[in-house]
Amino acid sequence: MGAEQIIFFFLAAFTVVMASLVVFSKNPVHSVLFLILTMFGIAGHYLSLNAQFLAVVHIIVYAGAIMVLFLFVIMLLNLNKESEPRKTLWWQLGAVIGGGSLMLTLIASFQSTIKLPIAHEIDSNIGLVKPLGKVLFTEYVVPFEISSVLFLAALVGAVLIGQRKQEEPNHS
Amino acid sequence: MDFIIEKSVLIVSVFGITLVMAMYSTWLERKFAAFLQDRLGPNRAGIFGLLQPFADAGKMFFKEEFIPNHSEKFLFIAGPGIAMFTACMTSAVIPWGPDFEAFGRTISLQISDINIGILYIMGFLSLGVYGIMIGGWASNNKYSLFSAIRASSQMISYELAMGIIIITIVMMTGSLSLRNIVQEQSGALYNITALKGLNWNIFYQPLAFIIFMTCALAECNRAPFDLAECETELIGGYHTEYSSMKLGFYLFAEYINMFISSTVIATIFFGGYNFPGMQLIENSALLTVMCVAVLFLKIIFFIMLFMWIRWTLPRFRYDQLMHLGWKSLIPLAIINMLITGAVILAT
Repeated sequence: MGAEQIIFFFLAAFTVVMASLVVFSKNPVHSVLFLILTMFGIAGHYLSLNAQFLAVVHIIVYAGAIMVLFLFVIMLLNLNKESEPRKTLWWQLGAVIGGGSLMLTLIASFQSTIKLPIAHEIDSNIGLVKPLGKVLFTEYVVPFEISSVLFLAALVGAVLIGQRKQEEPNHS
Repeated sequence: MDFIIEKSVLIVSVFGITLVMAMYSTWLERKFAAFLQDRLGPNRAGIFGLLQPFADAGKMFFKEEFIPNHSEKFLFIAGPGIAMFTACMTSAVIPWGPDFEAFGRTISLQISDINIGILYIMGFLSLGVYGIMIGGWASNNKYSLFSAIRASSQMISYELAMGIIIITIVMMTGSLSLRNIVQEQSGALYNITALKGLNWNIFYQPLAFIIFMTCALAECNRAPFDLAECETELIGGYHTEYSSMKLGFYLFAEYINMFISSTVIATIFFGGYNFPGMQLIENSALLTVMCVAVLFLKIIFFIMLFMWIRWTLPRFRYDQLMHLGWKSLIPLAIINMLITGAVILAT
């Protein structure tokens, strides 16, 4: 087992453990913090694939911005055990069976399609800034621009929802 | 093996220098404040009060350690650690000086020249908020929580303008590596040969520098943007519940951040270790020493600028802070970026 594989298994185990802790934590703030660590695990995978740019952007965007907003909202909501909606045992059992069958179906349907290309056929420099930028601005320029328009639309929507209504009395 | 020894020495010395600079920034801050307010400042511990930082550190270490009962214990302890860690990590990609020959090999004064250096710094800057947020939340104190939330929204808002400025600089240089950004600035300013070594970005992007400086102040939670530790509204801010060296870590992390911010400003706008007349020095070792000295002079200048601003301007109101960030700095930064793009396209 080479060093690369050891690093991969370590990172994979780390990511999976942290991701499951996100689900199993009782406290939502802890969940978010574990989610941040999961993000770091994924960024580590990017690094081991020689995609430094993706790794750093992943950290900046997800861990540095989106997760801060998550944490922000959850801290403000002050969720705790008392305010958590409790489901009855039957509901929980039904959810477990439903989720389990979904997983089984997904595994069964994807099992035949998993024939990944061998890793070293791909140019290992594809994740560096230069090749990535070239591909993004030549081959994939239309999807790239469309996704930015999508973000803009989401932004406008968020502003619209967040806007105070004109006739609403100002309490401040 | 040589490589590991070389890098270890470099890492330890950069770490040591960072801590010493941060320690003496506290001394300088007090002396500077005293100067501006026409008083003496610390003058009992050692000559000119130079031993004051050691006295402070000793006091911090031996004070009673207090952890509130209702706090989230692990996160309460982790908070200052995270703040300190993220503050110290940024120095890894700064080029402290040019390469030089010694012991028969080329030695680089940069811990790691990763090709995305400037994004690495942005990444750790954006993580810096977690120390404050986690500490503020784990204290289980509403003032700490308010402060943590203020700090995080402030930092996210100002990171945007900062990121756009960095894009502008990257557009001019064509590289994300800090080393390339510094080397780019070693040429002749406006192609005048007499101004060689003065090809600094500040002469091309003065507006970008002002925006970046403002954002750096906000990112460091320094006055006039220290809304997170606004005593009149929030007691002590996010570190209200902290005592002993944990409080010390928070305060110290702020000074390390200030040092790193000054370094980044000096590196990307003021030519890093470049100075006019550096091509006249033939001796490689002397050149390296002078380059490092020049870089540190620039850094100290910016640290003093930070302090000067702190002791001159009163604190902003929170809505003013947000208006400044979102309605002035970000549009200005975008216009600046568009103009830069147009100029690059035209030339």
